[in-house]
Amino acid sequence: MRVFFQILLLFVSLPSLNAATLAEYTFENPNQGEDFRDIIEEMRCLVCQNESLAGSNAELAVDLRNEIYDMMKSGQNKDEIIDFMVSRYGDFVLYNPPLKPTTYAIWFGPLVVFLIGGLVLFRILKRKSRTQETELSTEEQQRLNNLLKQSTDNRDVNQ
Amino acid sequence: MNRYLRYSIPLFIFAIIAAFLFKGLGMNPREIPSPLIGKPIPEFSLPTVENAETIVNKVDLNGKVYLLNVWATWCVSCRAEHETLVRLSRTGKIDIVGLNWKDERDKAQVWLRQLGDPYTINIFDKKGRTAIDLGVYGAPETFLVDSKGIIHYKHAGPMTMTLFNETLLPMIEDLKRKG
Repeated sequence: MRVFFQILLLFVSLPSLNAATLAEYTFENPNQGEDFRDIIEEMRCLVCQNESLAGSNAELAVDLRNEIYDMMKSGQNKDEIIDFMVSRYGDFVLYNPPLKPTTYAIWFGPLVVFLIGGLVLFRILKRKSRTQETELSTEEQQRLNNLLKQSTDNRDVNQ
Repeated sequence: MNRYLRYSIPLFIFAIIAAFLFKGLGMNPREIPSPLIGKPIPEFSLPTVENAETIVNKVDLNGKVYLLNVWATWCVSCRAEHETLVRLSRTGKIDIVGLNWKDERDKAQVWLRQLGDPYTINIFDKKGRTAIDLGVYGAPETFLVDSKGIIHYKHAGPMTMTLFNETLLPMIEDLKRKG
């Protein structure tokens, strides 16, 4: 059991190993540190494409982190750094892509699918409620009355 | 609506999704469109692989259409494409400029001595700073650059004869005609 917990602890602490690699980036101004972490969290590492620049230990990610750090140290702001990265690596480097014709599908696709789904659901529900309201034919009404009468009779007998 | 038609709608939607996913299987996620197409290559001032004292600048490369090939001795795919580069350089159809990326000079020199040197100039980018300006995210990468230093094409991954003959050569001939 104890071994189990030790292993568990190891796995739980693994993500923090990544965070530890960021300790070397220190800023005198805490706002700058925050901006720095925001930027590298928002940027995709191009080598390990499912990792952010903050989380990746790929050599290129380390180089890019250092580059961004140097830029911040030299007083460049967040927008300037994002422009720098996008002009070299394209929008692909951003996890949060900008709104423009080539990205309309990403931004509005889910909304369109949601609207189609809503429309389909609306139509189905509307049709259901309509079928329930339809009147019974005289023949069916007659059968229903008989059935109801029968069940009432049965109850009387049981009691 | 026809009952069978209605029941086939989910199948139809599934087919569309499956078609997209299947297309996705065949696509290369490393092929990232470069924002540098149509833009000039970045300013740089770096030594050559052969000589730490020989400094090359951006303007030194102007005047000829050439391929800019990013390579390194630690890069396995570069080893795989090297033979193609050597063959290409022997055809005389195109100059190849090397950008040696985050490598060690002596290793790079040994590589070129042993495997042949397809490069007219070989720039030594030890820190990888110029590679960042070029938007390099892996090696090998090859850029097609015109005589004014404008990038016209980028390929991520090993160069092949097919790619060169079918895609690059028509572009190269076109660029050479325009001067």
